[in-house]
Formats: sequence, C-alpha cells, structure tokens
Amino acid sequence: MTQAPLLDVENLWVRFQTRTGVFDAVRGVSFTLGRERLGIVGESGSGKSMTGRAVLRLIRPPGMIEADRLEVHGEDILTAPEKRMRQLRGGRVSMIMQDPKFSLNPVMTVGQQLVEALRAHEPVSRGEARKRALEMLDEVAIRDPARVLDLYPHEVSGGMGQRIMIAMMLLPNPEILIADEPTSALDVSVQLQVLDIMDKLVRDRGMGLMFISHDLNLVAKFCDRIAIMYAGRIVETCKAGELRNAQHPYTLGLLNSVPDLEHPRARLEVLKRDPAWREAPSVSART
Amino acid sequence: MTTSQGLRQWLLSEEPTSRRQARFAAWYKGWLTFRSNTLAMLGLMVLAILILAAIFAPLLATQDPFTQDLGQRLLAPGEGNHLFGTDSLGRDIYSRLLYGARISLYIVALVVMVAPVVGLIVGTVAGYAGGWIDVLLMRITDIFLAFPRLILALAFVAALGAGIENAVLAISLTAWPPYARIARAETLTIRNSDYIHAIKLQGAGPLRIVTRHIWPLCISSLVIRVTLDMAGIILTAAGLGFLGLGAQPPSPEWGAMISEGRKYILDSWWVATIPGIAIFAISLAFNLLGDGLRDVLDPKEGN
Amino acid sequence: MSAIDIRNLDVWFGHGADRSDAVRDVSFQVADGESFGLVGESGSGKSTILRAIAGLVPTWSGQMTVAGEALGARRSKAFYRKVQMVFQDPYASLHPRQTVDRVLSEAMALHGVQDIDTRIGRLLDDVGLGPGFRFRYPHQLSGGQRQRVAIARALACDPAIVLLDEPTSALDVSVQAEILNLLTDLRQEHKLTYVMVSHDLGVVGHLCERIGVMQEGRFVEVLAVDDMRRQKAREPYTRHLLESSINSIR
Repeated sequence: MTQAPLLDVENLWVRFQTRTGVFDAVRGVSFTLGRERLGIVGESGSGKSMTGRAVLRLIRPPGMIEADRLEVHGEDILTAPEKRMRQLRGGRVSMIMQDPKFSLNPVMTVGQQLVEALRAHEPVSRGEARKRALEMLDEVAIRDPARVLDLYPHEVSGGMGQRIMIAMMLLPNPEILIADEPTSALDVSVQLQVLDIMDKLVRDRGMGLMFISHDLNLVAKFCDRIAIMYAGRIVETCKAGELRNAQHPYTLGLLNSVPDLEHPRARLEVLKRDPAWREAPSVSART
Repeated sequence: MTTSQGLRQWLLSEEPTSRRQARFAAWYKGWLTFRSNTLAMLGLMVLAILILAAIFAPLLATQDPFTQDLGQRLLAPGEGNHLFGTDSLGRDIYSRLLYGARISLYIVALVVMVAPVVGLIVGTVAGYAGGWIDVLLMRITDIFLAFPRLILALAFVAALGAGIENAVLAISLTAWPPYARIARAETLTIRNSDYIHAIKLQGAGPLRIVTRHIWPLCISSLVIRVTLDMAGIILTAAGLGFLGLGAQPPSPEWGAMISEGRKYILDSWWVATIPGIAIFAISLAFNLLGDGLRDVLDPKEGN
Repeated sequence: MSAIDIRNLDVWFGHGADRSDAVRDVSFQVADGESFGLVGESGSGKSTILRAIAGLVPTWSGQMTVAGEALGARRSKAFYRKVQMVFQDPYASLHPRQTVDRVLSEAMALHGVQDIDTRIGRLLDDVGLGPGFRFRYPHQLSGGQRQRVAIARALACDPAIVLLDEPTSALDVSVQAEILNLLTDLRQEHKLTYVMVSHDLGVVGHLCERIGVMQEGRFVEVLAVDDMRRQKAREPYTRHLLESSINSIR
C-alpha cells in the first residue's frame, strides 16, 4: 500500500454546543483508509457514527467539525464548498445506513431510485442507467432484477432492501464505502449473506471500506484492521486477525461480555469502566 | 447572587431528590429553551404588555372610553392630547384600545376554556375507544368541520342573539373540531406505545389511561395549536364585531372599532387602522409564542 | 404444576381478506421456575405469543392457562399481579413525562401495595439503581438504566411470571451483560418463571433451559438448550439458525 491513502484524517473533533457547555462527540481521532477494510467499533455514544458522518461533512449545526487534516484522495474536505461535497457524497464516497426502510424513498420504485442515484453523478441516458442498475442488482445476488426494479421499497424484505441500498451506493463506482451498522436491523441468517455480498464487491473493486459497528466479532470477521472507540477516542487498534491478543481492558471487556452459545457461563463478565480510559490520548490508526 | 446561583444549580441538578425538585427542574429547563428563542420571547413580551395594559387600563387611559365629545371628533393622532386621535364621536382611541384589550383577552380566555377542552375529550375518547364510538364522534366532528368557521359562528349568533358571550360560545363551538382531530391523531399513536401497554399490564382502566397517561402528552400539542389559533380566534371575534354580531356599540371591542372606522377610512385612516394594528400585533405575538412553545413542549424532545 | 400451559394457540390480525395469521397452532408448557425461550427471525410470531398471553392482542383462539388461571377475553387484575412483561425498546416503554418515582409508585398503587415509599427504594436497589435515580425523567437515563426501570416496574407487584420481549436487543453488549446478570439474579431471589423472546441464540442460551424455535408462526422444534449446544437439533431450520449465529461470531 504505497499510494496515498483514500482517506486521511488527523486529529478530528466533532463538537456540539449545548446549554451546559460544549460536548465533544469525537475527540481527536486520527486514521487513514487505503484500499482495505477498516472496522470502527464502539458502543452507542462512542462517537463511531459521528466519525463516519464527519468524513462526509454530514454533521448538522450546532455540530461543528474540526481537524488538522481531513482529505479524500488528497482533496481537502474541511474547506470544500457545499457544491463539491454533494459531488463527493455518493460519487467518490458512499454511505450505507442502518435501516433500509428509512434510506429508501417510499414513493419511488427501486428502479427509479437506482437510476436517479446514478444519473446524479454521471451523465448517462436513462436506458443506459437502467441497464447498469440491472447489472448491479444482479451483482448483489438479487434474483429476477427486472421485476425488483419495478417494486416499491415496502414490497421488498429487509435483507433485500439492504442489498438494494448496497447496489445503489456502488452504482456510481465510489472509491470509499462507509457502512454504518449496515446489518443491525436484519436477522442473523440474512446478516451474513448481505455482508458477504458487500465484502465481495468491495474487494473486487479495490475499494476502501469503513465498517462501523457495535459488534466486535462481526467486524473482526469482515475487516483487515480494527479501531476500537471509547468516549470519542480510539483506545486501541489492531489487525483483525490479532483481535484475540488485544490488550486494552475495554476491548477485552467487549469481547467477554457477549454470551457465548458454545461456552456457557453462569455469569457474564461485566465491563468496569475506568475513568482513565476517557482521558488517555487517542491512539492513531494511521498507517 | 449566591442564592440565585444555588437555585440554578438546584434546578439543573441531574439527580433531583424530590418530586417537587424534578418538576421544577423540568419547567426551568423548558423555560431556558424558550428563552433562547428571541422571537418567542418577543411574542411573550407583547402579550405581557397587553395583559398589563388590560389590567391597568383605568390607570393608563387618558380619558373615559365612552365619553363623547362631538367637538373633538376625528382628530388625527397627536392632535390635542389624543395619542392615537379620536373617532367619529370624539372618543379617545388610545383609551378605547386599552379597554378593548380587556374584551379581547376575555374572549380569548373563554374560548380557551371551552374549545380545546371539548376537543381534547372528544378526540382522546374517540382515539382510545375506537370502534363505533370513534366513528360516531369523528363524523360529528366532520360535520362541524365542513362549515366555514365564520359562517357557522354567524348562524349560531343569529340563533342565540348578538353579544360577546354568544360570540364566544359560537366561536368555541366552531373551533373545537380541529383540536379533536389533533387529539385523536396523537392518541392513535400513543395508545399503541409500549408505555401504555405497560400501564395496562398494571391493571389500569381506560379512564385512568386516558386522563393520566394520554392527556399529558396531547395537551402539549394542543397548547401549541391553541396559541397558533389564537390569532384566528381574535380575528373571528373581531370579524363578528365588525359585522355587528359580536360586541355591541359603544363597547370598545377592536373589531367593532374597525367597523365604525370604515366609513371614514379615506379621510381619517387612523380610526380603523389603529385597532387593526392592535389586532395584528396581538395575533403575531400569539403566533410567535406558539412557535416557541413548540420547541419547548414537543414530546419528542427525547434525550 | 406448570406455570404456563398453552394449547393450540392461534393468533391473527385483521379480518376477512386482510386476515394474517401470526401464530398457528402453537402448544407449549413452562414449568414453575423454568426459563423458556422463544427464538425465530423477525416476523416469526414469537413476540405475538407473549402479547397474546399478556392480553395485548385480543384476536386469538385456543387454550391458555397461566398461573392456574384459564384465560378468556379479558384479564383480571389478579392476573396482572402474577404476570408482568418487560418490553424490547427501553426508549419506548417509559412514559416520557413521568419520573421513575411516578412510574413505580403508580404501578404499586394500582396493585394496592402498602408502604410505597420504602418499597420503591428497595426496588431500585434490587435492579441496581441507587436512590439518586428516583426522581429522574426517562430522558435523563441511559438505555440500560431505562431497562432497569422497566424491570423494576414489572417487579413492583412481586409477580411469579415475567414475560421478556427481547429485553436486551436495543442495548450495547456490555450493558446487555449487566441486564442478563440482573435477570439471572432476580430470577433466583424472587423465584421467577421467565418466558423470553429473542432473536439472539446466545442470549436465549444464556438465560433459558428450553427453547421453542419458531418459523412463520409455527413451532419448528422445542428442545433443551443443552441439546442445542451439543448440535443435537433435529430440524434443518434450527441447525441453520445455529450455524448462522455461530458463524457470525467466528
């Protein structure tokens, strides 16, 4: 991985002005993303989703983004005009949200939305866009894509909806995919299938994937590198394969508090939160 | 300053130690949210001034609002010692405006006591009971909604006789259906929420669920709606007054004042314009207040 | 004697052409003090069974005997003293305008409990919340704390049976561990019978002794958790569920 990283973030802060003072949701996070799969793991409130949104500058006021560096492929995002950001979002950088029910427009057919998504970023004809949409649906393992194109979002299942989202997000050939809890709303058996599809596409196309999730085990399975976030900071990073050798008590706590079907215990280990974790400086996940 | 600091801390405590403290703290936080909305504060101030003006009208008025002085008729604002001029019978418009505020507030207060309450009861009962009760109550609501408000009020006044109380009654009778609709819509979403299921599982009956669990959540959206509607209510009252079906002369009701002034609108603009500005200001103030209350009372404020 | 005895339960929503059957011909028994799990994917009807037992779904047929009481269309007040429920989403199961104190004291008052003041203190201790939480509003609590309040509310009248509808699925894993431990402790202290619905086999396996696997409203198989662990599931669907949940953590 010698070329410049796709995404370069240094000392990222996301701040919210509240009545009681300034609340820092993300506190000085640094990471890079190459053509690899980076997992960002943490519990609710750890700032993992905010980090993902900040990369696309999707933080609404009163939220503020500050960083020493925030670059997509060498292009500065912090100062880019809003018009340029709209080109980047969905064009070079795509994002998949948790629940397809809320990300798909309920009054447009799947086909219309796919065509719109592509035409917003590329000057292609409707016929051409429709053809590409069909191919893309085929790639996300949807049987009979021509029929699915004419369905409305409420007519498809959750798993299929999320696969359609993936198809929609990958249509304009982005270089970076940010997946924020892409399968949390799905059943376990569908979850793996959707992730396998996403994984295959990302790898085949040599994209960079930022996989945000609360599920450490799931992330370890689908990523190359993992950054574990706590209270707005990265407390530990490691290669996915070396997760078992993790050092930080928070990471260990997360791993051990999951009830294990095969190795039952009378009591689950409970995470004892050390105030020192909050104060320790953020670990850099730059490579 | 230390006591007010201490009070503030007591109010903003994350760990209240008594029921009272928890309630006051919730109010105080609502007030802080409200206060940060400048326009809403402006609306509140205008209303506060209006209420004070109504209360202290006898002290603030420069003349008796009913005394006629035909020698002084139709004086322009500032002429003589008439701040806003005089009307066609030589009565001081400024003083009449002050006393008129009493009438406007009286109308508002009466309507507020009737319309939203009727709407709340009808709407929540219909929404919670469902079935034929819902159908019946909602069709009645629809019938009332199908008439233009002013026309229906006119019909009521015509039947009951002209006068302020009857005007209020007519306005209330025509104003409740939208509240019933809102309350019903809210109830329909609330009644299927888990906290209502949970209280049902404690063995609570429908009366308790509706009055103690559903009402508190509906009331906030009704309060918002009422403040936003207040302008319309005042305008309807003024409209009835203008048509001669509300307050009767010589009562200084603002609508009636405009009505009287309309004959002179070309030569003596102030006779109709000044009460018009008053109606406009109070309507706007209520709208601004309603907007601010929406921020504070929205039940979805959540975390 | 079994605490819960369900025979040939059917539950449906809507009527006529719109009728959709959520539960079809389900029968199972839960012994006193046992913990029974209902597992299945979303839409399999597992939560609907709990709601039918609790009396939140009026359209059902079959026989349900719970805590010695044959259930009809209406539930008696005595029924609710014996059977309580904890809901899935802690953000939706507490009234947004009521303090913890109000929620608990109303529950107790409805059940005619005496000495509410001291009992609320004890109840909060029981579920691991200190007295500092007593006068807070739901928006001042985290998800785990809210779920503890919901559990406290369910325990306010000392029930014998607690129905748990995905009580931890909306929580972080570390908080889930705390709540599961709490449920284990409470079960021991209060001799509770649980019926728990979950999509997570790990969670069900942790808390329950037997599980019923559901698919499209029917029971596919009822088996002991130990058998499930030893991969002794007979039905292919159960095995498929097992494999996907084990695969997702490897």
